[in-house]
Amino acid sequence: MAEPVIAFDQALKEFDPVLGLEVHVELGTRTKMFCGCSTEFGGEPNTHVCPVCLGLPGSLPALNRIGVESAIRIGLALNCEIATWCRFARKNYFYPDMPKNFQTSQYDEPICFNGYLDVDVDTDEGRKTFRVEIERAHMEEDTGKNTHMGGATGRIHGADYSLVDYNRAGIPLIEIVTKPITGTGKYAPEVAKAYVAALRDILRGLGVSDVKMEQGSLRCDVNLSLRPSPEHELGTRSETKNVNSLRSVERSVRYEVTRQAARLLAGQRVVQETRHWHEDTGVTTSGRSKEQAEDYRYFPEPDLIPIAPSREWVEELRSTLPENPAVRRARLTKTWNISELEMENLINAGVLELVESAVNAGMSPDAARKWYTGELARVANERGVEVEELGVTHVELARIEALIATGALNDKLARQVLEGVIAREGDVDSIIASRGLAVVSDDGPLLEAIVAALAADPEVAEKIASGKVQAAGSVVGAVMKATRGQADAARVRELLFAHLGVSE
Amino acid sequence: MSELIRKDASELSALLQAGDISSVELTQAHLDRIDAVDGKVHAFLHVDHQGAIASARAVDERRSNGDALGPLAGVPLALKDILATKGLPTTVGSRMLEGWIPPYDATVVTKLREAGIVILGKTNMDEFAMGSSTEHSAYGPTHNPWDLERIPGGSGGGSSASLAAFEAPLAIGTDTGGSIRQPAAVTGTVGVKPTYGGVSRYGVVALASSLDQVGPCGRTVLDTALLHSVIAGHDPMDQTSINSPVPAVVEAAKRGDIAGMRIGVVKELGGDGYQSGVRQRFDEAVVVLQSLGAQIVEVSCPSFDFALAAYYLILPSECSSNLAKFDGIRFGLRAGDDGTRSVEQVMSQTRAAGFGDEVIRRIILGTYALSAGYYDAYYGQAQKVRALIAQDFAKAFAQVDVLISPTAPTTAFKIGEKLDDPLAMYLNDIATIPVNLAGIPGMSLPIGLAPEDNLPVGIQIMAPAMADDRLYNVGAALERALLAQWGAPILSSMAGV
Repeated sequence: MAEPVIAFDQALKEFDPVLGLEVHVELGTRTKMFCGCSTEFGGEPNTHVCPVCLGLPGSLPALNRIGVESAIRIGLALNCEIATWCRFARKNYFYPDMPKNFQTSQYDEPICFNGYLDVDVDTDEGRKTFRVEIERAHMEEDTGKNTHMGGATGRIHGADYSLVDYNRAGIPLIEIVTKPITGTGKYAPEVAKAYVAALRDILRGLGVSDVKMEQGSLRCDVNLSLRPSPEHELGTRSETKNVNSLRSVERSVRYEVTRQAARLLAGQRVVQETRHWHEDTGVTTSGRSKEQAEDYRYFPEPDLIPIAPSREWVEELRSTLPENPAVRRARLTKTWNISELEMENLINAGVLELVESAVNAGMSPDAARKWYTGELARVANERGVEVEELGVTHVELARIEALIATGALNDKLARQVLEGVIAREGDVDSIIASRGLAVVSDDGPLLEAIVAALAADPEVAEKIASGKVQAAGSVVGAVMKATRGQADAARVRELLFAHLGVSE
Repeated sequence: MSELIRKDASELSALLQAGDISSVELTQAHLDRIDAVDGKVHAFLHVDHQGAIASARAVDERRSNGDALGPLAGVPLALKDILATKGLPTTVGSRMLEGWIPPYDATVVTKLREAGIVILGKTNMDEFAMGSSTEHSAYGPTHNPWDLERIPGGSGGGSSASLAAFEAPLAIGTDTGGSIRQPAAVTGTVGVKPTYGGVSRYGVVALASSLDQVGPCGRTVLDTALLHSVIAGHDPMDQTSINSPVPAVVEAAKRGDIAGMRIGVVKELGGDGYQSGVRQRFDEAVVVLQSLGAQIVEVSCPSFDFALAAYYLILPSECSSNLAKFDGIRFGLRAGDDGTRSVEQVMSQTRAAGFGDEVIRRIILGTYALSAGYYDAYYGQAQKVRALIAQDFAKAFAQVDVLISPTAPTTAFKIGEKLDDPLAMYLNDIATIPVNLAGIPGMSLPIGLAPEDNLPVGIQIMAPAMADDRLYNVGAALERALLAQWGAPILSSMAGV
């Protein structure tokens, strides 16, 4: 049942919102955090498992070095300090998706701590930077996945039975936790969204995760509390889970502000609890109450030895960090001489890297943008894949572009060549040859086609001769048709007028 | 009875290498012995007749092909039922794992197989290695071959009893607080807990991860050393395993020269609470060591007085977490799953049905000790004591090369005698526990029979971490001198089963 809410603006008049964000990132390591099993998404249930990630008696964890490396790189990119010595801890609780009935995580000794991330948000006073302070980023393992069968809701309640898939169990996770984010005022929803978006860009740039929110490789829990004013102590917070898109981050914050404000104004208190976000209805509903804090009986994991990253290693990893995405974006916007909106489009289409490498290979920024946000984006969208997955290289694009410049291809033919490239029919030139796609540059066949077209429609020649030059379009169209698009339309037009002795 | 079963592993090794006997013959002799006496002793939970003969045959074939084989190839061994064995039941002495067949081998088991050692079967133990008498096995107690009404020690009573009953010349045990050394002491056999990290724990069902260690058991110091060198070494599957060369234990066991060595007697491990015959044999052993040229020093380790208390916080804490995985979902027993109960209820019923009283007692203790608000007072405090104990050892080893004490305060007690008194049972390990808390190696070696009950007494030898070879050097020297005194191995004075 939906709870009462009040208008967002009204809520903001009465209360100061405080945000907290916990983001879980699945690392893109080849193997799991503590064993050699594959981390690949979507395998047959319980096929990526072994004694270790199934928690069979006697098995022991062996730490994935790349997992630690990724954690440190993430910490460095988020301006964190890196622990000189830290340990894993066991978080003990019983749940069927957790093979050992404890999660190997980190508790009071995280590998990364005290960082920050600056995010830009459009405000009434223009673009403004908010600093989000990072409390910690720590390593842990993912759980398996329960599927509840036979019930109407897919929830455990009402289900006939449940299935557990342990393929995901043991996949490395990094949990990134912010400090309470204050001072956002009415921009809390935008700041939350901008933070997750900026974090996603950084993680993508680091190449440590595919950060697909919809597949769960980046999961966000949104904490929110209200207080009467910034001078007051923090209020009771709710923790909203299942927030699986950037838009949902923004909407769920907005919703929680309006819900909590309604409660407080009605003289009720906010319950400390987990809430579930519903994408379809745009509301959160109550999950389990956290009033009685669960006791996880954390203690240092005795099966793993402490991690003491040497400063040399940390500095070596620091040197591998890519340019900060925000800085890079500003730089490229300037050098390519494009607007911020055009830059946004490139990012939203997920083609910034592709365009950059094409430009680096010598293609003009405009041409590269035209291809990646135009034809390639269209095809990718049609097929429901990422542009990158089409597998078209900038070398192929550069060749097509060069052929257009010399007139050997027109736009229509170029699209057909691209189709062949995507279908892996060969390189650009062999596709042109095998599909017979070169522009017909020989005037002879074109003239023949013009004569034939005029013969088929004798009236049109008179129209053109009498000055109705727009009538030439139907002849050009007929010639293009006859040559299956391989004619250069401008040349056909020239020849037509010359043939009729008319000047344009 | 075949005379083969009375021979030491090193003698059997020579006979096998000379081609005087075959491994099949030797293995069959032991299987026959097990069939003949194990009804009384109950050292084994599972005897793998077919598998043992098959591996013996394979070793014989390799030998006849002229393949290079290790010294113990073809020698049979009894394996504690806590090590995962692919295709062989592994119960850990619990109903919880009744019928569970692991899909993988423990690293130690892999090493044994690679060395051509023939695994006769799996030996009885206190459930999940919790106990000092093997009475806590869900499958009934093991009986001490010296006196069938007495306990063979625990938790590895099955392994020690199999040696004393001549059912196997070698055995593998695990030692968390004394589970190799105390059974060795009360059965007149030799047992070593190696340095923590010296032997891989991969595939060993965990009791307390920071204390557990796999170790070799035999009837002589040299046999034990030969087995030690097979199972020790770095294993990337166990991150707590030490990546450095295995101490030269076999050479040390052959040397046995302690002239000029400084040996410390731990003041706190003796005196009141130790049986008079135990004290007497220990004092006599000290004199023997002195006569062999060692310099005897009394050493004080004051923190040892708190070792038992710290141990019974750390062990239950770790085991409460380690044993959480036994919930009926993925393997082993499942109780109450009749379609009417929730998953939590089935987990709960499974654990209530599958675990014995001692296991439940320790899980409750550990759950409490780790709880919010109690952690610092219990687990945290116990870790501090642990650090103090390690410091005591460090100070002592700055003065002496090895430390000695009686292994256990008493000889084997009667079955049932201490079953209802957990604290009295826990006190059995008072002398062995500090070694586990500090992660150092320890050996128990027979030093005679207590005059008042004619039951074996053991001496404990302790060395600094990764100086396991010192145990074997001192042990070999003492064993040789005592053998000369007695004229025959201690087990030859056993009435026999």
